[in-house]
Amino acid sequence: MTPIPGSYRRRRIVEGVMFTAAGLATATSVGVLLFLLGYIAVHGVAALSLSFFTNLPAPVGEPGGGMANAIVGSAKILLVAAMVGVPIGFLGGVYLAEYGRGSVAFWVRYAADVLNGVPSIVIGIAVYALLVRPLGHFSTFAGGVALGLMMIPVALRATEEFLRLVPDSLREAALALGAPTWVTIMRVVIPAGIRGIVTGLLLALARVAGETAPLLFTALNNRFWSPGWRAPTASLPVMIFTYAIAPYDDWHRQAWAGGLVLLMLVLGLNVLARVLMRGGAVRSAG
Amino acid sequence: MRPRRLGDIIFRAGTLGLALSVLAITGTVAAVLLLQSRLAREAFGWSFLWTSTWDPVALRFGALPFIYGTLMTTFLALALAVPVGLGAAVCLAELLPLRVADGLTFLIELLVAVPSVVYGLVGVFVLVPAMRSVETAVQNALGFIPLFSGPIYGVGLLTASVLLAVMVVPFIIAVSREVLLAVPQTQREAALALGATRWEMVRHVVLPYARSGILGSIFLALARALGETMAVTMVIGNRPEISASLFAPAYTMAAVLANEFTEATDDVYLAALVEIGLVLFAITLVVNAIARLLIGRVQRSPSAAA
Repeated sequence: MTPIPGSYRRRRIVEGVMFTAAGLATATSVGVLLFLLGYIAVHGVAALSLSFFTNLPAPVGEPGGGMANAIVGSAKILLVAAMVGVPIGFLGGVYLAEYGRGSVAFWVRYAADVLNGVPSIVIGIAVYALLVRPLGHFSTFAGGVALGLMMIPVALRATEEFLRLVPDSLREAALALGAPTWVTIMRVVIPAGIRGIVTGLLLALARVAGETAPLLFTALNNRFWSPGWRAPTASLPVMIFTYAIAPYDDWHRQAWAGGLVLLMLVLGLNVLARVLMRGGAVRSAG
Repeated sequence: MRPRRLGDIIFRAGTLGLALSVLAITGTVAAVLLLQSRLAREAFGWSFLWTSTWDPVALRFGALPFIYGTLMTTFLALALAVPVGLGAAVCLAELLPLRVADGLTFLIELLVAVPSVVYGLVGVFVLVPAMRSVETAVQNALGFIPLFSGPIYGVGLLTASVLLAVMVVPFIIAVSREVLLAVPQTQREAALALGATRWEMVRHVVLPYARSGILGSIFLALARALGETMAVTMVIGNRPEISASLFAPAYTMAAVLANEFTEATDDVYLAALVEIGLVLFAITLVVNAIARLLIGRVQRSPSAAA
């Protein structure tokens, strides 16, 4: 540490100035948050109505339109995403935590890190090239797969981390009682870490629930109900995007309502995940 | 004992298969980008990266305006976000009582989860009008400087940068605070015992100790800003030109993908867009690798004091 020049008085003044700046930075960050939440709440609540949840989008100028198809579309997309992302992320994570010491595990972790860093729009391109162009149509299925791919790294890492927190004494106890390794993992290790794992899976779902970019050219959009899984579908994020950049006041109001609903969904999942964690991520050996 | 062994083998092979599928998926994404951009790479070669004609009608494509827009918005966003994020991280880690700091950090971490399209929504209706008046005021005072010249739309390079900054600040705060909290208490006590003020302790002991972790958090924010699509698309003006003015509309790599991908009817056009995706993929790959390296170093060598 180099000697610090200046009188004590001056040093205290510098300290005061720098810490005031730090305090202001904190106040700004928290202020932006409160402003953001408050602004969306005010505009969203003003625009929300029952018809938002029950009606199809109305033609421009006609009142009473809603986003019912987008809400259902988002739910269907997230269902597909979970069916893709949870098994691969969860069971892959089990492998990494319980067997993963070799170079295979190293490369899997590396691949997951890379996948985690890929911009979401690029995932959209890949799924477009793999599932949309060859099959010839945009679909709920393709949108769900795109989001599912984005869930994998988060789910994988969470599962591995929380299973590693499970004390080895639990594994040893089960093995000593004569249980095969796989029964030990399924009946003892996973139940002990399940709370943390569910949290991780919820966070993974929350992360993709608000994603728009990968849906633009996989699920596309739709102003009507989307039948089955093989047709283009509306989704809440894409609908908000479309409505926000359109020139109609009525659509802007709908976008605010949609924004509020989406924000509540995502923040709700996050808060739920944290509440789950409060009781401790892993049951102890005790 | 045979059936037990069989169960183990099946379970292990099954989980291994799913783990390997992660490898396959990442490989497939990279391969698809490479294969699908082949037409454009053959047609334009490396000049794709430094020519600035983007003409879907004549099928001439150069990605420079998008690369410029992405790098410029990211740079400006970090220039705005890093001081604020670091200041807040110091405040939350060193100054405030733990209970208060934990509460505020919880709120700030929620901000990380806000979907980018929601940021975009607020950007379009709040930030753009606000920036229009701010930019007008700045131009009246400093309009002779090229950076602040030209017509004012409200949407543009600077607006996108400000919105990006708002989006990455929570990221920087959350990661940096963790890193600062990991600095051993003895380091702080030693500095204070030597007669340092608390600021001098932060400046000369805590920050140098946490340096690589903080840099890592900045690189994570960088990666996020580079790939950010929706919010930027909504406020940057989407014009593929390189302008001297910060107020002028611009375009980014992610934004052009969002806007033009479904409209690309010609194979070369589509390949050019995929190549932009490939460039974006390559850049974020490098940035993420650096971030991981930096953050990993803090965790592994706790004796790396300055």
